[in-house]
This record gives sequence, structure tokens and C-alpha cells, in this order.
Amino acid sequence: MTVLAHVPTGQSAASSPPPAARRGRYRLLPYLLLLPGAAWLFLFFALPLLQLAAASLYDPTGSLATGYAMTWAFGNYPEALQTYWPQFSRSFLYAGIALVLALLMGYPLAYAIAQKAGRWKNLLLVCVVAPMFTSFLVRTLAWKTILSDNGWLVGLLRDIHLLGPDGRLLATPVAVVLGLTYNFLPFLVLPLYASLERLDYRLLEAASDLYASPLQTFRRVTLPLSMPGLIAGTLLFFIPATGDYINAELLGTPNEYMIGNVIDSAFLVRLDYPQGAALSFLLMAAILAVVFVYLRKAGTEEVL
Amino acid sequence: MGHDATPAGDLRLANLTKRFGVFTAVDDLSLTIPQGSFFALLGASGCGKTTTLRMIAGLEEPTGGQVLLGDRDIARLRPYKRPVNTVFQSYALFPHLDIAENVAFGLRRRGIRKVDDEVQRMLSLVQLDGFGKRRPAQLSGGQQQRVALARALINHPQVLLLDEPLGALDLKLRRQMQIELKRIQTEVGITFVHVTHDQEEAMTMADTVAVMNAGRIEQLGAPADIYEFPATAFVANFLGQSNLLAGEAAGPAGDEVPVSAHGSRFSVPAARARADRGPVYLGVRPEKLHLAGSADQVPSGHQHVDGVVTDASYVGVSTQYLLRTSWGSELSVFVANSGVHQQLPVGGAAVAYWDPRHAFLLPREPGEDDRTTPVLDEPVGASS
Repeated sequence: MTVLAHVPTGQSAASSPPPAARRGRYRLLPYLLLLPGAAWLFLFFALPLLQLAAASLYDPTGSLATGYAMTWAFGNYPEALQTYWPQFSRSFLYAGIALVLALLMGYPLAYAIAQKAGRWKNLLLVCVVAPMFTSFLVRTLAWKTILSDNGWLVGLLRDIHLLGPDGRLLATPVAVVLGLTYNFLPFLVLPLYASLERLDYRLLEAASDLYASPLQTFRRVTLPLSMPGLIAGTLLFFIPATGDYINAELLGTPNEYMIGNVIDSAFLVRLDYPQGAALSFLLMAAILAVVFVYLRKAGTEEVL
Repeated sequence: MGHDATPAGDLRLANLTKRFGVFTAVDDLSLTIPQGSFFALLGASGCGKTTTLRMIAGLEEPTGGQVLLGDRDIARLRPYKRPVNTVFQSYALFPHLDIAENVAFGLRRRGIRKVDDEVQRMLSLVQLDGFGKRRPAQLSGGQQQRVALARALINHPQVLLLDEPLGALDLKLRRQMQIELKRIQTEVGITFVHVTHDQEEAMTMADTVAVMNAGRIEQLGAPADIYEFPATAFVANFLGQSNLLAGEAAGPAGDEVPVSAHGSRFSVPAARARADRGPVYLGVRPEKLHLAGSADQVPSGHQHVDGVVTDASYVGVSTQYLLRTSWGSELSVFVANSGVHQQLPVGGAAVAYWDPRHAFLLPREPGEDDRTTPVLDEPVGASS
């Protein structure tokens, strides 16, 4: 018995390096693996961010031709907010409405694909992702055609008197919100799908066995268990939608411009770098605040 | 339960049928489960026992037939409208709720707000006091199993369904839970319908066992009755082991049914014959067979078969012998190691004998041969 017990220990000690050396090598490995990504982030994210932060505090009277002086002009922030608060609130309003619409469409869609689609599952997933194979710009331009004044959709809506004889969709807030909803829908559906796909149908059977009606089963079991996907999906939808400027640009008018359009023009048209940088940081701070509050609430599973 | 326990609470399946495409999972099943009994549906996997259970729970819609609780047909009610709860094989505890909320789930769905006392009572019934605030993932398999039980029992269902509830537990825990389940059933007096493939589990716990095969019930009765006098060759070998010798019977003669098998003549009491004419199986359980060195040692009134010992496995409480008969079949013989019997050498001649009152006659399809050697992966529970 003793002999037998000793043999394997001796063998494993001979065939593998001493434990201390192995542990040492493995302790460094995670950091080595991190290195390329960390370097990339530092060069192309941290440094530019710092530079942008600096730019937001430049003397606003400077220009690209004369150069900017660093004057720690914190006044750029209240100034930018005061001038562009309508676009700011519009961004959050449009993204918020689009998020609600996307949830109403995306949750049932993700649920159907994950739990009911059977062998059509992969095909349907491809259908969700397929629009992403074309460029964002092209997709939005296609919506311009769909919503155009002499398009079939407007014609139909006028025929059934949902729109007046001169009513239009294009160049209205409706068009911008529809564009946002459509363009960011896959970002909501995919994480939701991943969560719902893991949902064990036996838990739904158990709920039903324990007197939960279908509605109660959804509220008490399906929804809480899909929370991780729901949180990830809403964030992936809401953050880019708030900062988006293409939809407002192509489907709206300056009356529908969102904060992204203002930042775009500050950097590329008006060449007002300090203001563009300040607006960028304000947007970032606002989104972080919303996300923070949201996650705090979602963490306690009482977001809805 | 008292004297007012009327048949109104019995669970009755009437011509219950479930087909999946061309496959018939449950075939015209009819049976009555008396209120307050511990009933086991026993069968190999794929025999339709779980489908039957799911039809009682409402998780599967019957193709035909009725599920009657008292006089009420509940076969088409949604699961959440039935006074029936299930302990699932996978337990199916809600991972996002703590143990107390898992147990309270059914009460809350029915709008009951004050649940704390009842939850505490249930947790102590299953001996999990103080576990209320933990999550299912923090519990062992046995503990999760008991939470699943408490979660179902708290609703005081008319019928509790148990779908292989002990399947995931290790042997020792399983024994413990068998005793525990039986204690709880006696305590709460609810009808338990227990689905299992483990014949020993069915026999130790249930008042009544139904042996299922291919969507039908082969035999239904008290465990001892089924074991001592099986109705079919399938039951004789699924519930324990049997030595089945192919023979021919020519009708009863007085209280006896004479049988000729492999050139020898035997007889079985008429009361122990499921068939008494044509092709039959003469069956004897391995522990009802005894071994002797030669035919002259066989006590009077016993019948015997000659053979050669080909294997002897010592398993502690007994020694399991294989005896090859002159026509080549191997009989299984369990001899209790009570110190009375001498060990017989492998390769030596021996005689297996039995009291005819322990034998039974079963119908046999023409052409079927002896069924004596046990199938290897079948449980040999009765021997332990």
C-alpha cells in the first residue's frame, strides 16, 4: 500500500518543473497578456482623452490659425451647456424614446429567437445582424428613401389618415427616433438573446407548476434572469444612440439636431476646439451619471 | 386525514394516452391512486413514466384520456390552475431568489402576503432551519433537493409529484432521503406520486408500485406482492432477478399445474400460475433456490435441477452462485451466509432445489427460451 502510494508522487515530481518556478512563471503571464491591449489603450485612448481634456480648457478666443493658449478656462463648460442645453436634452429624449421602442420590439424578438425558434435560430440571428454588413451611413440613407414624402409609407399613412394630406415623416423628430431605433436595435437584441438563450425552460415549468400565470412567470422568473443581458443591451443601445449625429443629420433638420451634431460642427465646421472638447466631456459625464444611477438600481434588480 | 377521507380525493387516470408523432409514449393508461397513498411509477427510461407525471402536472397535454382528481377532469387545465405540485428531477430552484423566497414562491403567486411563519415551518420540516437567506447555488445537492420538496409542500397540494427526485444524489444520501421522504409523507398525508427507475427506491418507499413498460402498466400492487408473484416476465426481471425456465403446461391437475421443461417434470400450485396451458415460464427467485451437493440431499416435497457450479461471488451477506444446467442455461442462486451452509467449490456438481410454493408460472411467447442470467447493468438491489 505504501509503495503504491509513493510511486505516482515520485513520477509527477520528476516529469514536471519544481512548483515554485512554475508558479513564478504563471504569475507574470496575465500581465504579459495584458500588455498589448494596455499599450493600445494608453496610446489611442488615454493620451487623446487627456489631450481633449486639455483642449476643453483652452482660451476660447483662440483659433486654429492663431493657436490656442492654455488658460484653464473652466468657463467653457457652463458656456457650452448654456448655449446647447436644448440639443443636450434632445439627445437624451430621443435616445430614451428609441430605447423604449427598441425594448418593445427587441425583447420579444430576442425571446422568440432564444426560446421558440428551434432550428431557425441561427438564420434569425443572421437576419438580426445582417444589416450591419452594410455601412451605417447607407442604412440611414435607405431610411431616408423609406420615409420620403413620395414614398409608399407616407402614402399609406396619408391614405388611412394617420397623416394629414401634407403630413410628412422625413425631417421630423419621428424620423430621427425611428432611425435611432433601427440602427442600434441589434446592440440591444444580441446581449438579450445571449441571456435568454441560457434561460432554463425547466425554471419556467417550475414557476407554472407553482401557480404563476404566464405573466407572473415572466415578471418573476424570465425578466430577473434576463437582467444581465437587458442591462448590457440597454447600455450598448443607449450610449451610442445618445451620442449619435448621423440620424439627426440625414433624417432630421437642424431643429432635430442632437448634441453629436453640435460637437461635429464645433470640430469640423466652426473649428471651435475648446467648445467641442467641453461638449464632449459634458456628454461623457452625463452618460456616466445616467449609467451609474441605472446600474445602482439594476444591481438591486428593481430597475423595472 | 380522519374518517372523512372519501374517494373524492383520489387521483384517477382514465385511458390516458400521449403520442409524439408516431411514437406512443403513454398507451391507454388507466389507474387509480388512492388519496394519501405513496405511489411509485417504476420503469426503465423511455417507458413513459415521466410523460405520465408531466400530464398529471399539466406540463404535457394528453393526446387522449382524462386526469381525474375526485370527479373533476383536470387534464386540460393549465399547470398553474391545478392543485398539484412537482419536485423536479433537476430541482429547478430559482437561482435569483434566496431559499426562503424559493419556498414562498407558490404562496406569493396566489396572493398570500404573510408567508414567513409557513416558510419557517417548511424549512424545519425538511431540516433546513436557518438556510432561508442563502442562494440555491450555495447549497449541496441534498439540501437543494429538500428545498425543492419544501417549495412544493408549502402549497398543500392534493397531489405531490416527484420526478426521480433522488437521482442526482449519491447512494448514502439517497438512502437517507428515502427515509426522510417517507417520514414527511406520513406526516403531511398528501398523495405522493413518485417516478423512479430504481426498483429498490420504489419498493422501500411506496405503498403501491406500478411497473411500467412501453407506455403501459405491466403490474400494479404492493411491493411484496409484485416481488413474490410477478405478472409478466418483464416484471419478474425488472423488479429483482428471476430464473425463468421455458416450459410447457397442459392445464391444471387438481391444485397443481404440471410443467415439463427441458425433459424434466415440475409442478407449481395452481394459485401461483398466471398461465396454465401452453408455453409458460417456470420462475423461481435466486434467493428461493437452495444448493445441495447431490440429489439425495434434497428435502422431500422440493423440486430440483442438476448442474455444475460455474461461478461463486462472495458479497458479504450472501454468496451468489451460477449453476450451469445440463441443457446449458445458467441459474442464479443466492445463498445467505448465515453460517449454516457450506461453500460449494466452482467446477463441482451441485443441485439447485426449491419449494414449489415459491415458484410461479408466467405466460411465455412461443419460441422464447430461458431467461436466467441477469442482465449486467440492471440493479440487483434485493441482494444487498
